[in-house]
Amino acid sequence: MSFPWAKQYEPTNPLMKYLDEKLPLPRLVYNAVGAGYPVPRNLSYMWNFGVLAGFCLVLQIVTGVVLAMHYAANDAVAFDSVEHIMRDVNWGWLMRYAHANGASFFFIVIYLHIFRGFYYSSYKAPREMIWLIGVVIFLLTMATAFMGYVLPWGQMSFWGAKVITGLFGAIPLVGESIQVWLLGGYAPDNAALNRFFSLHFLLPFVIAGVVILHIWALHIPGSSNPTGVEVKSESDTLPFHPYYTAKDGLGLAVFLIFYAAFVFFMPNALGHPDNYIPANPLSTPALIVPEWYFYPFYAILRAFTFDFILPAQLWGVLAMFASILVWFFLPWLDKSPVRSGRYRPLFRKFFWVLMVDMAVLFYCGGAHAEEPYIMISQIATAYYFLHFLVILPIISSIEKPEPLPFSITEAVLGSDEKAAQGDSAGTAA
Amino acid sequence: MIRLVGILVGLGFTFVVLLAFGSGALTVMGQGYFVEETAEHAFHEEAHMPAEGYSFDGLMPSWDLAQLQRGYQVYKEVCSACHGLNQIAFRNLDELGYTEAEVKAEAANWVVPGINQDTGEATTRPGLPTDYFPDPYANDIMAAAANNNAIPPDLSLMTKARHNGTAYVYSLLTGYQEPSAELAERFPDSVPGPGLYHNPYFANLNLAMAPPLTTDGQVTYADGTEATVDQMATDVAAFLTWTAEPSLVDRVRLGWIVMGFLIFATILAWLAKKQVWAKAKRKD
Repeated sequence: MSFPWAKQYEPTNPLMKYLDEKLPLPRLVYNAVGAGYPVPRNLSYMWNFGVLAGFCLVLQIVTGVVLAMHYAANDAVAFDSVEHIMRDVNWGWLMRYAHANGASFFFIVIYLHIFRGFYYSSYKAPREMIWLIGVVIFLLTMATAFMGYVLPWGQMSFWGAKVITGLFGAIPLVGESIQVWLLGGYAPDNAALNRFFSLHFLLPFVIAGVVILHIWALHIPGSSNPTGVEVKSESDTLPFHPYYTAKDGLGLAVFLIFYAAFVFFMPNALGHPDNYIPANPLSTPALIVPEWYFYPFYAILRAFTFDFILPAQLWGVLAMFASILVWFFLPWLDKSPVRSGRYRPLFRKFFWVLMVDMAVLFYCGGAHAEEPYIMISQIATAYYFLHFLVILPIISSIEKPEPLPFSITEAVLGSDEKAAQGDSAGTAA
Repeated sequence: MIRLVGILVGLGFTFVVLLAFGSGALTVMGQGYFVEETAEHAFHEEAHMPAEGYSFDGLMPSWDLAQLQRGYQVYKEVCSACHGLNQIAFRNLDELGYTEAEVKAEAANWVVPGINQDTGEATTRPGLPTDYFPDPYANDIMAAAANNNAIPPDLSLMTKARHNGTAYVYSLLTGYQEPSAELAERFPDSVPGPGLYHNPYFANLNLAMAPPLTTDGQVTYADGTEATVDQMATDVAAFLTWTAEPSLVDRVRLGWIVMGFLIFATILAWLAKKQVWAKAKRKD
């Protein structure tokens, strides 16, 4: 779909005309990310992160494929093969640091993309499907990142794999069988390493496929925008190219500065030193933690320490999965007709409480499992569930939103000719 | 309906996690402290760099080749008795400023496992530049048996396998001391038993490695530098930083070139964005 005023692809070059008749690939690109896609004119820099996430995915696939040419997925040599890449492969250290830090920056970008969605309620109709697919992408990315972290077969790889697959062991009756089936053994070993490598190679391409669905679903209603008011007329939009290609280009350049600072100046800052120790099933590290981007969810997992009907560990596992699954239901939990947090005073306050809450969970997830961090993470976990499942439904029915602008044009330019003409029968507010 | 179910599920998780909080809070109130203080909490010290610093530390790093060569000498004459360096080949020593002939001669000083070309039996032979540093023990059991049950770890990646690794190696090597009277009084269990040595930079304070650098002049440096314990520790920590990350200096230098390019690209992208958007702002 597109707005009626969207520009049409009209090739003039004979070769492009021929191609357009036989395989209209340029037309597809033109309509997807070219001048043929009208986009709200008021998108802020918070709308850069979708494109950046796409960039990160490509970056991870390119560096990952090169690494896979030199890596050996065998528990006897995996650790040394990574060191071989670092020392003997030309530019191998650059590929590996680019890939390891690329994973971290992928998550930074994804989190900002998701939090943008929270604040501007991007999950609301008519964009529920985009949101649902997005949560699927997030889950797939988490699985891929987790399996990637196992591949260097260092201490944290091994013990992280053991703890995370051990979660399935908490499922009553069938848990242990599932765990053995997933690992191909009773503990992570060569069988587990091999299948993790296989899946770590496969899943990024699955993610790429689901990203195409994400973008396809996006092009049906078109992009949301910071006012949350839908596009009404041509003056509300600008063609994606050149306006947003230029804006995304600037965002990408700034992103690359931060990324390169980590890759070249502090490549191990986001990793854990224990992963430079070869995996040793007989020596348990003092502190087992996942990669930093899983800390908030790890804190939720560890917050459940009390057996209430079900064993505490099972509660932790349920809560950890529920903490992400709850995002699937956001479009139906938040019933406020107003999208943007800009016009929702109460919602806005709780949004920032949630951000602080997630920061607290993040900190606790990386800390030792001891008091007072456990008690703090328990309060933070309680708020996390209250926020999404209780507070959000309640504020969406009691809150009195602030007045919305008539249109995007009015929000940007201060006036909209059509509004002045009294053509405002369909005002969203 | 979905919101009603949601509220119930949300309250359910909240209830269970608050129960856990309550039981934790009761325990804490009962005992009167959050975490029982351990000797590690009270007496562990943060690793620090040597006072004179390192040439490879900071934003304009370079290797001090003379220092790396001295550090290698310390490894060879002291550490290598118990610790391997299995990621490093003799050929890599050319990065420390040795000539090809010197690398060849140095490799030949080491004895590596080999195969008798006539009988096929296991034997030993002088090292070649392509060989890797040999492990001091044939296997972990032998390593443990020779060292009071503690296996000496390989040192190739030591400075990356510990938090703030270069400082850790330096601090550990210079940090051996008698446990304080306060430690003995408060935590009698943490006073080192037989075969253990007190070191506040080691995670649990008690280390199975006897102090390896004990006397000034333990190593006679080829370049005439005075071999104080502090100097030897400084040099070997530098050498192990190189073994862990030989690409460190090249990486940071390349980083500045990349940064320069990216800042230039950002300025161009900013100007392009400004120019493109100027049209949108003027039109209306």
